[in-house]
This record gives sequence, structure tokens and C-alpha cells, in this order.
Amino acid sequence: MDFPILTFLTFFPLVGMIAVMLLKKENVGAIRWTSVFFTFVTLIGAIFLVANYDYSTSKMQFIERYTWFPEVGINYFMGADGISVPMLFLTALLSFLSIVGSFGIKERVKEYFAWFLLLEVGMMGVFCSLDFFLFYVFWEVMLVPMYFLIGVWGGPRREYAAIKFFLYTLFGSIFMLVGILALYFTTGTLNMMELIAQNNIYNHVFQLWVFAAFFIAFAIKVPIWPFHTWLPDAHVEAPTAVSVILAGILLKMGTYGFLRISFPMFPYAVKYYAVPLAILGLISIIYGALVSMAQKDLKKLVAYSSVSHMGYCMLGMAAITTVGISGCLFQMFSHGLITGALFLLVGVIYDRAHTREIAAFGGLGVKLPVYTGIFVLFCMASLGLPGMSGFVSEFMVFVGSFNSIYIHKWIVITAVLGVILTAAYFLRTIQSMFLGQFNTRWEGLTEINGREIFTVFPLAVFTLLIGIYPKTLNIFLKATVENLVRMLTG
Amino acid sequence: MEMIVKLIPVFPLFGFLIIGLTNKKMPKQVVNIIACGSVFLSFVAGTIAFFSLLGMPSNSRFITGFWFDWIIAGSFSSSVSFMFDPLAAVMVLVVSGVSFIIHVYSIGYMAHDGGYWRYFSFLNLFVFSMLLLVLADNVLLLFVGWEGVGLCSYLLIGFWFHKKSASDAGKKAFIVNRIGDFGFLLGIMLLFWTLGSTNIKEISHLAPEMLVAGGGLVTAITLLFLVGAVGKSAQIPLYVWLPDAMEGPTPVSALIHAATMVTAGVYMIARLSALYVLAPTSMAIVAIVGGFTALYAATIGLAQNDIKRVLAYSTISQIGYMFLACGVGAFSAGIFHLTTHAFFKALLFMGAGSVIHALSGEQDMRYMGGLKNRLPFTYKAFLIATLSISGIPLLAGFFSKDEILWKAYSSGHGHPLLWILGLITAILTAFYMFRLLYLTFHGKSNVTAEAEKHLHESPPVMLIPLYILAFLSIFGGYIGLPHALGGGAWFENFLMPVIAESAHVIETGSHHAPSLEYILMLASVVAVLLGIVVAYNFYIKNPEKPKQLAQRFAGCYRLIFNKYYIDEVYDYLIVKPLYILSLIFWKIFDVRVIDGFVNRLAKFFGSMSERFRILQTGFVRNYALVFFIGVIILVGYLCYIFR
Repeated sequence: MDFPILTFLTFFPLVGMIAVMLLKKENVGAIRWTSVFFTFVTLIGAIFLVANYDYSTSKMQFIERYTWFPEVGINYFMGADGISVPMLFLTALLSFLSIVGSFGIKERVKEYFAWFLLLEVGMMGVFCSLDFFLFYVFWEVMLVPMYFLIGVWGGPRREYAAIKFFLYTLFGSIFMLVGILALYFTTGTLNMMELIAQNNIYNHVFQLWVFAAFFIAFAIKVPIWPFHTWLPDAHVEAPTAVSVILAGILLKMGTYGFLRISFPMFPYAVKYYAVPLAILGLISIIYGALVSMAQKDLKKLVAYSSVSHMGYCMLGMAAITTVGISGCLFQMFSHGLITGALFLLVGVIYDRAHTREIAAFGGLGVKLPVYTGIFVLFCMASLGLPGMSGFVSEFMVFVGSFNSIYIHKWIVITAVLGVILTAAYFLRTIQSMFLGQFNTRWEGLTEINGREIFTVFPLAVFTLLIGIYPKTLNIFLKATVENLVRMLTG
Repeated sequence: MEMIVKLIPVFPLFGFLIIGLTNKKMPKQVVNIIACGSVFLSFVAGTIAFFSLLGMPSNSRFITGFWFDWIIAGSFSSSVSFMFDPLAAVMVLVVSGVSFIIHVYSIGYMAHDGGYWRYFSFLNLFVFSMLLLVLADNVLLLFVGWEGVGLCSYLLIGFWFHKKSASDAGKKAFIVNRIGDFGFLLGIMLLFWTLGSTNIKEISHLAPEMLVAGGGLVTAITLLFLVGAVGKSAQIPLYVWLPDAMEGPTPVSALIHAATMVTAGVYMIARLSALYVLAPTSMAIVAIVGGFTALYAATIGLAQNDIKRVLAYSTISQIGYMFLACGVGAFSAGIFHLTTHAFFKALLFMGAGSVIHALSGEQDMRYMGGLKNRLPFTYKAFLIATLSISGIPLLAGFFSKDEILWKAYSSGHGHPLLWILGLITAILTAFYMFRLLYLTFHGKSNVTAEAEKHLHESPPVMLIPLYILAFLSIFGGYIGLPHALGGGAWFENFLMPVIAESAHVIETGSHHAPSLEYILMLASVVAVLLGIVVAYNFYIKNPEKPKQLAQRFAGCYRLIFNKYYIDEVYDYLIVKPLYILSLIFWKIFDVRVIDGFVNRLAKFFGSMSERFRILQTGFVRNYALVFFIGVIILVGYLCYIFR
């Protein structure tokens, strides 16, 4: 039998968590390096997964299936396809880099890393699960470490932010649970693949209601306007590495949920709701960008820019075309890389200056040329400069939605305005932080160090690689996306 | 040959990577060799490819260079591949040639700058992007180059980023260009939606078959591309960034903001000429935008005191000529003027740079004057360029400008009013250029004592490039010598196979009496002389006169001096409202409305539970009372049912 790679990816970090818990809490170095070791081995596992993925087929691969509670039809059922493989890799990569980026944590180190490893378990599990029970368990498992990571190691308003995050997500989860139960009582199975295979038996009204239930859960996660207000608070209060995971992976679970569950299971509802979904995407893009423009706190700016960028995902998805959905998946991956890096970079400056107020800086380009260069690179990536992944994904989203028969052209045309607004707020940020007269208050600031460069370097490489040669990502998506679109429109 | 075409842009890319990554570890001499050498190699490769193109039959001059597939998803595909045809060949030679000359010049100009390495790596990146732009065989790759040159422009305008004005200017350039990009992107999307392709050659074949000439679709597509072109080439209404862009180092102004990048819009329109000829409305708009920009920018140029700003407005005005040419269907005339303009405008900027360098950074012409004898070599080169841009017969600028004026009048898309716009512009051009020349080099010296001390002629590394360009500014026009003057219009014939409909333009042109061309030519020569004579009167004979005039027409002067207050208008109409809107969205909508609702909901549940909590008093007698009431209600209910 093949090596159970998905189980390994999901539970190896759990072993790591146990290992960390067995260590003495004074032994900070050992705790750190143990965590690094476990996330690194998981990353190797993810590379192994990528290397062994057969991209010629849209079928589920690496399937593991065991009966768990036969009485109620619950199975331990895992598998991966073109939608989840890139996400699994991204999860492994960002978890590893975040762990390395967490060396600055000084308080309650042991608990911090233990929770972090548990978080990775939840994330991996969500992307692997093909059984609704399993999926739901992992979805909730993720919530707990996140709550503590924000609530204990966060900023001044951490408790408010943590509770807000928790309640928001829980609120969504309840609707998801209702949706799952509705499906279960109609079909008697929790097997996602079976539910997808028999999607023609659900009547239209049923589809519309159950889609709506799942929508609430996923919309909060993405987050789609107007379900987004937990995000700025959570991001601003969360410690750097947690923000990276939050923006890089957690948000993608929303869009992943749409593509794994809502789209294939409710083809009628998807087409029925395509226009509202696209409009919500459009509002997220423009609204997020405008609100970013008004921000004074750097981290909040990046947080709101995520709302805007995830709007592109929704627009591309709602197109229900191969180009659009590929664009959505590209944007998920690309946003994970770029925003992950931006949060890491915000952390770098915050650790030194203890402020994130954009206007407090000025002329740092003289003092910190390397940091400035890297920061500008990722700003350019985020504002969609060709040659980097953000452009490829945004362009695919635009072309895909413009050629869609389901959504109106004016939605797409208005969405393209986002590229101007995004440029405006990033350029303003670059100018007030790095250009102009050097603010002598920051005379003592030190340049970005080797460890910090190490955390953003791989992200820069992938951002450029996908921007220049998008095929590296596209070969994974191609068969799966084409199959999905065929299923929805054929 | 394919390999050579593929390699043309690669050399400067490596130059950028090597200089950018090694940075200050590299000695300056090595930087010079890599930076200039890489561009020179591009020029050599371009020349080889050009000659092999000449060896082919004139209708099939085409070399492809395929690198790899780029974005492929569903029905969409675009690749990183090049097309080397006559139009690309002209652009490659102009871009790499002028770039090489300016790279060499920069060695002298930037010699003492702390950011030497950064400067040359950005400059090489620029050349790479620009070559990508002109070689791209599909509109998406063209857009990549388009954005690349925009990025370099941003980085180099803000090269001295510690100056707030420089960083402001860079930001402005980027954002205004993004507005253009909005149109460009939509144009690509609409084009792909209609024709199912982004490949320029395919588009040119498909468009006449699949699109209704004069139809709404092709008009929309061409107008969207025009928005992009107007942004990049600084035409009305998106020209505002270019004058500010003069904050960058002067060689950058010469290369990016005069000779190459800003003319990319003209190149794009010529590239997509097959589409434009199908949309007469768009053509008319291109011509009108060009004609008015030419005149409008020339008027602003009359009253500026900063030597580089005069040249910047002059650039806007000259690109207006090129748009005018494209708009009347004389695409090859537009490209011809693009070429000669690259020579004499680069020369003007580099000459101005030599003056600024000599005066330790002074750019205000009120503190110049009488430099003719102090900077004799610079002066001579500058004079040649001034004569060329003004349109003195037999110099390069004369041929290209005259061709445009003639076509504006005679072409099937032309109109006498367009010709008049062009003619007035020609008067103004001669006037402001000679004003500049007189204020800088003639009359009495107003140089400050401080600048006087360091006053020196530029080193040979800066002067030799000037003279190469001076040579081209004189003789560059003979490649396009018109039939009327006994030439063979070689340039036009060379470009003809790749530019749609220019044959048609020539035909309509020949309907006019042959003598008309000579009459119009004479008119434009008279116009130029008029401009020069007035400038001589104002600035040499009666130096007090401009001041008196400015006082007499104070309102008018202020309006022009302040550039018609367009920057302020934009600020109040667009920038400020947008910022206020963003504040409203955040502070009111996000924080008060949405979050307010969420928090109130939470409070509501909180207070509800507070109220219910009171019921849990812990006293048995209270529970007993509730229990008792419950029993009574239940019993009553049962009695009611079973009555």
C-alpha cells in the first residue's frame, strides 16, 4: 500500500505538538527547533505530494479511506486534487516560514508553538478531508488554537479581537452544520464525492437554501463584504506569524469551501447566484481598496487589502469559466504568498520600531535599503505588476469573468478600476514610509536580518516564478478546473 | 536569425540582474562596461536582424522569436514570443541606439552620485522592458513591457527619493499611468472577447473579416487602447505627470521621458493600425487629441522658466504631432517623427543636462544666459537640435514634421483645421525653442556667483554622445525624404507592409495638385521663421518686452504660467473626493454601520442573558413559585384542550 501522505501531512504536526509539550518550558531553543523540524518535515512531505501528483487527471488522488462510524456512515476519507494540492503546499510552506518567523516570541513560548502546530493540523485536515464529518471537525479544530494565539499573544485589544473572530466563525459554522445535516438527511451520506456525484437529484429549492447556508460559513471566512469586519481587528491584534497564517491560509478556506463543496454540489444554485456573488466580489474589491486608502496603521492597510484581493477570487469564481476559476485559484495561491510576505515585513518593522503608523516613518530607504527593496517588491506584486503572480491571477480573473455568460460586463469593467485604487494606496504607503526626508527618530533602526530575509525569500521566488512562468501552478489546476467547469455548465 | 531576435532584450536583463545583485561590490568601471555593453549588444543584435530583414522580399519581412507559453487557461493563451518586422526593427534600433548613447553619457553625468549602481541597474531594466514592449507579438506581452517601462519610470523619476518633490512626481506618474492601464486592460479583454486572440498578427488578419468597419465594437476597442496610449504618451487629459517627471536625473528625462517610453503610445497605435483604420471615429479622436495636445502644450511651454520643463512640454507637444499623424492615417509619418524626435529631443535634454551639470544643478533659465562662449561645444550641439525641432529645412525635424502637416491636410482622414492646429504649433515651437536658446546661451549672464565658480564644459564622455545625436538630428531625416523633394520615401515604403491602409492615404494624397505640397511646405517654413523672428525680438532685441507683455496680459500669463490650473482641478475633482469617500467608507460605513451592527447584536444578546440571569436567583422559593405558575398554566392548558 502507498504511503499515507495526506494523513502524514495532517498528523505529523500533531506529533510535533506533543513533542513540544513534552519539553521543559524553559528550554526555549529546543522548543523552537523542534517546531521548525516538524514543520520542515511536513514541508518535505508536501513537496513529495507535489512531486507525485499526477496532473493529467482530475480524479482524486492519494485517497485514504477507512470506515469510522459505520452506523451513521462516517468515514475517514482523505484525498487531494488540483484544487487542494496547491493549498496543501502553501499551508506547509507558510507554516514553516511562520514558525521561523516566530522566534521573536518571548512569552509562554511552549504554549505558543504547541498551539501553532495544532493550527497546522486543522488547516491540513480541512484541505484533505472528503468526508463532511471529518471536514467539520478540522474546520472547528482550527478555531481553537487561533483563538488562543490571538487572545494570548496578541496586541492591546486582543481579547476583543479573539472573541470577535471566534464568534463570527462559529456563527458561520452553525450554518454550515445545518447545511451538512440537510444534505445528510436527504441522502444519508456524508461522503463528499458521493454527494457531488449525485448532485442532479437535489431539487432547485433545496439547492438554493443549502447553498445559502454554506455561503454564510464560507463568506465569513473569505471574508466577503459585508462579513469582513472581524478581519481587520483579528489581523491588527494577532502576532505577526498568526496574521501570516490568517491571511495566507485561513481566508482561502472560504474560497476553497466554495470550490470543493458549494460549486460541485449545487450547480443550479451556483448559476442562480452567479450575479450576486460577482457583485459581492466587486464590492469587496472596490470597498476594500478604498478603505485601505484611508488607513493609517500599516497592518490594517494590509488587512483591508486582503478584503479587496479576495474579492478578485469571488469574481473569478462567479464567472464559472475555466479561465475565471483558474484565476481564482491563482489568486488564492498568489495572495497567500504576497500578503503572507507583507505581514512578515510589517512584523519586521514593528519589532524594531514598536509602531505601525505609516505617517510616523519617512525616508527609511536611506537607512534600510534592503528592507525597502523587498517591501517595494511585494507592494508591486500586490498591486499587480506583470512579471509577478498577482498580475497573472488578476488578469485571469478579469478575462475569465469578462468572457462569462453568467455575469454582466459592467461588473467586470468596474472591478478593473480596482487596479488604480490598489496602486494608489500602495504607492502612498511606499512614499510616506520609505521616501522623502529621513525621519531622524529612526536613526537606531537596524536592517532586516538574515533570518527575516530567509522567511520572505521563498515567497519572493514563488511570486516571481508564477508571474513569469505560470505553468508551474497551472499544470496542477488544469484538469480539475476543466472538469469542474464541465460539470457546472455541461 | 530567430535566436538573435530572441536575444535582443536579454542582454540588458542580465545587465540589470548582475548590477542589481552585486551592487556596490562591483567597481564602477565594470558597471560601466556591463551597463553600456549590454545595451550595445542589443543594438548589434538588432542591426544584424535588421539587415537580414532587408534581405527578405519586402512583403514577407518577418522573423519570430518564440521563448515560451505564458498564460494559458481555457480558451485564453498568450506567449512570451517576439515578432521582428519593419516596425519592430525601427523601434529596436531607435531604442537600443539612443539608449546606448545615453548610457554612455550617464557615465559622466552620474559619476559622483552615490546611487550609481542603482541607477544603471534600473536603466538596464528599462531598456529590457522597452525592447520587450516593441518586440512583443501579442498585446498582453506588450502590456508587460508597458508596465515594466512604467515601473522603471517610477523608480527613476524618484531616483533622488529623499526629495519629496521627486517621490511625489514618481507616484503621480505611476498612478496617472495606471488610469491609462485601466483602458489598456479593458481593451485587451474586449479584444480577446471579440476576436478570441491577442496575437497582433492574427488580430490584424482577423479584424477586417470579423469586425464591422465603423461598428461600435471596434470603436470601443480602439478607444480603450487610446486611453492607455494617452496615459503613457502624456496626451490630454492625462499629460499631467510628464512635466513633474523632470524631477528625475536628466539622462533619464532624455531617454525615458523624451526619446523612448513616452512615445510608446504612438507605437501601440501604429502597431494596432489594422484596428484603427476600421474605426474612423477613433481615428478622428486620435487626430483631435493629438492636434490639441500639440497646441496646448506648446502654449504652456511659452511661459515656463525651468529649462527641463520647457522641454517636457515640448515633448508633449511633439508627441501630439505623432498622434495627429496616426489619427489622419499617416502611421508611418508618426513613426518617422518618433524617430527624428528621439534624436533631437534626446539631444536637447542631454544638452540641457550638460548646462545643468555645468551650473551645479541650476535649472532656472533666469539664472543662466550668455553661456554660449563658456560652453561652446554644448552650445553648438544644442543649436543643431533647436534648429532641427523648429523645422528648419533640410534638418531631420523638418522632414518628419512637414510630412505630418502635409498628411494632416491632404489625407483622406485629414482636415484643413488639423493642418492649421499643426501650423500654429510650429510657430509656437520655433518661438519657445529660440526663447530657450536665447535665455540660456545668449544675452548677458545671470549665473549666480556660486555657480560661476564651478562653471565648466562637460567631459568628452558626455560631449561625444551629444555629437552623435547632433549628426543624427541633421541627417536622420533623409531616410524619409519625400517624393516631392526628390526622395524615395524609403522609410514609408519600408514600413508599408506592416502598417495598414497607409497605401490608401498616399492615394488620396495624390488627388491634390502637386504644387499644393510645395505651397504648404513654404507656409510651414514661413511659420517657423516667424516664430524665430518674434523670439529674437523679444529676448535679444528688447529683453524688457516679455515682462511688459506679461504685465499687460497678467491674467492670461498667470493662467499659462500655472499650466491652466489643471493639477489643482484634478486635485479638487478627483483626488480629494476619493480620499473623503475612502474615509466615509471606513469611519462611517465600516466602523459605525457594519461593525456597529455586529457589536450591538452582541450587546443585545449580552443584555438578554443579563436579564435571564436574574431569574436564576438561587432561592428555592423563587423556583418553587415559577414551578407552581408553570403547573397552573399547564393544567389550565390541558383543561382548555379537553374541555
